[in-house]
Amino acid sequence: MLSRTADNLFWLARYMERAENMARILEAGYRLAAMGTVAGGGNTEWHSTIVAAGCETGFYEKHREATAEAAIDYLARDPDNPSSILSCIQTARRNGRAVRTALSADMWDAVNGSWLQARGFGDQDFAPDTVRRVLDWVKERSLLFTGCVGSTMMRNDAYWFTRLGTFIERADSTARILDVKYNVLLPTYETVGGGLDYVQWTAVLRAVSASRAYHWIYRREVKPWLVAELLILKPEMPRSLAACFIEITRTLDFLSSAYGRTGEADRLAGQIHARLRFTRIDDIFQMGLHEFLTQFIESNVRLGQEVSKQYLV
Amino acid sequence: MAAAFDEMGTGGNLRAAYRTVSEWLQSTPPEVFAHKRREAEMLFRRIGITFAVYGEGGDPERLIPFDIVPRVLGASEWDYLARGLEQRARALNAFIHDVYNERDILRAGKVPEALVLQNESYLAQMEGFEVPGRVYTHIAGIDVVRVAENDFYVLEDNCRTPSGVSYMLEGREVMMRLFPDLFARHRVQPVSRYPEALLETLRSVAPPACKGEPVAVLLTPGPYNSAYYEHSFLADEMGVELVEGPDLFVDDDVVYMRTTQGPRRVDVIYRRIDDSYIDPRAFNPDSMLGVPGLLAAYRKGTVTLANAVGAGIADDKAVYIHVPEMVRFYLGEEPILKNVPTWSCAKPDELAYVLEHLGELVVKDVHGSGGYGMLVGPHATRAECAAFADKVKAAPDRYIAQPTLALSTCPTFVDGGVAPRHVDLRPFVLVGADKVRIVPGGLTRVALRDGSLVVNSSQGGGTKDTWVLEG
Repeated sequence: MLSRTADNLFWLARYMERAENMARILEAGYRLAAMGTVAGGGNTEWHSTIVAAGCETGFYEKHREATAEAAIDYLARDPDNPSSILSCIQTARRNGRAVRTALSADMWDAVNGSWLQARGFGDQDFAPDTVRRVLDWVKERSLLFTGCVGSTMMRNDAYWFTRLGTFIERADSTARILDVKYNVLLPTYETVGGGLDYVQWTAVLRAVSASRAYHWIYRREVKPWLVAELLILKPEMPRSLAACFIEITRTLDFLSSAYGRTGEADRLAGQIHARLRFTRIDDIFQMGLHEFLTQFIESNVRLGQEVSKQYLV
Repeated sequence: MAAAFDEMGTGGNLRAAYRTVSEWLQSTPPEVFAHKRREAEMLFRRIGITFAVYGEGGDPERLIPFDIVPRVLGASEWDYLARGLEQRARALNAFIHDVYNERDILRAGKVPEALVLQNESYLAQMEGFEVPGRVYTHIAGIDVVRVAENDFYVLEDNCRTPSGVSYMLEGREVMMRLFPDLFARHRVQPVSRYPEALLETLRSVAPPACKGEPVAVLLTPGPYNSAYYEHSFLADEMGVELVEGPDLFVDDDVVYMRTTQGPRRVDVIYRRIDDSYIDPRAFNPDSMLGVPGLLAAYRKGTVTLANAVGAGIADDKAVYIHVPEMVRFYLGEEPILKNVPTWSCAKPDELAYVLEHLGELVVKDVHGSGGYGMLVGPHATRAECAAFADKVKAAPDRYIAQPTLALSTCPTFVDGGVAPRHVDLRPFVLVGADKVRIVPGGLTRVALRDGSLVVNSSQGGGTKDTWVLEG
């Protein structure tokens, strides 16, 4: 297939996934803001949310203070923010439109329908007390999209590039959500393991739809290292880094056996995967969770670039 | 202007092809039509058939209004039309080959030499080399209007990159979904074979160097082009790659596309990019849409371009005047389809006539397209005529004029119910090295405003499904 087609599919999937993750991050922001007041936290929840979204620089160029209104506006709808939910949907649709012929009719409907509906949103839909409906809608649309990919796409290279986009983006987002909790959220006067710490970890779990999974697997109260273990190392948790890399390496294997060649992307993905498989959570905390996640995010970004070099240009 | 010919006919003179449609129009309540029209619009929006209108603000992705009343042609009138179209397409191709090679028609004095050789559409880069099958315009969109039962005129020949065929195909799909019983009561010749016919046509002109199955691609300017939907639709239906300029590269005068498995050789390019953007080395150096070195590869004969570069010389509005002569000169036949009488403002006596009769004529800029830069005399105010007269006087070479034809009308669903509206027809003529293929039908464009003769989508025109009945 055309390299550009593969590239568009890869980014279409990444942006649909990013829209969903942005909605999840905003939702986490809501929970943290609501619970923060109860548990006596500071006013840093929306700031943390902005950092989690990777939007710190752009945000503070436009806004002085991280209020709920400003954060929602910037993360959900600001056209100047390329990662805002509406920007993601638009970019996803642009990529999809460029490769209409490579999409199944249902995939196109999912992407184009999202875009058409998003165009109809007005100010009232993004008010702090109503935006949750939009966030639910975004998650639904993204789930519809991944569902269409899974059940209507032919299992060939077009499918594999789409899946790669989804999982590389998802791994990035899970790592960022975790990282922010560990470093930014906790006010200095609070102790790790204290009351506020507890509710914040709960919020992280909910943001990645992992609350039930946590209780199913661990059957005990929420502990930071177990949350980290669940989201980093547990292959049965679908948004964990390990689960993403099982999919990524498997997909790259399909591609290399179809094309009869391997490259740097295969090596790097194998290396990251091996690390996720054979590292214990104690080792990660020994090294520092933040350091581990920073390294992970960097190598995941590099993987995206290597996939591009190998197949997409 | 005389009363227009109505293709359905009136009262006791109902035309045979329309018998069933007429009954259907009378027996269907208006609210059903209104409902079906909304449904049609929803279908078009969902499949994403939109087109871009430039410079007017508002929604840039707009729908062309679709009228749900089909236009019906009988088998014999279509056969007559199809013969005329094939004849005209053959003559146009012979002309293009001739002017870039032997120039017999110029030497014979049938077409003025200066008109061709000094024309902006004449591209010296095409001189002295042969293209496969001597076909230059593989896809011709020949716009036809009708003024009476057996009276068809060609309005213009689109020999470069005519568009609109996706509306013909999708319009049919939508109609079959909306009105299955109306189809059941007719025997309508199918149009769905078009993409296959197009692919056969493209393969028939593969370069001699190509052994084995020719690889064809469709080259598009990209998603911002107003006809992008059509490009992706056709590529999909033909099962060929939809490529943009940067997807292709030329190495040692051979064209390749970049794929996830490395370079792959390309034999035939159905290009929907204008000549001037196709190769920055040969034409517009600022073009980001084209492929550097493509023209050199083309001249080497390693790749075929459809339509050929320089084919626009045949659809220049001033060259148009001479097409009937081309039919006689190259084919030794009398033209089946007529030309609209045309005055050339470049000639002083004809210019004088045009300026005197501006109120009765249609005046067109020879370089204009899409209904821009034209004056429809009978519908213009005195002030508009005067302003246009100044433009014509300032650059007479740029203008031609034609009488205002009473375009035929077809029943059309408008706000006040079903009423006659003026139409034209763009059939798509596919010219291969082996034969000419014409899918029965075409794109009927309809002027939705009462009395309007301008059918262009950019000026308030819509489209209709065109039915050719089995004989």
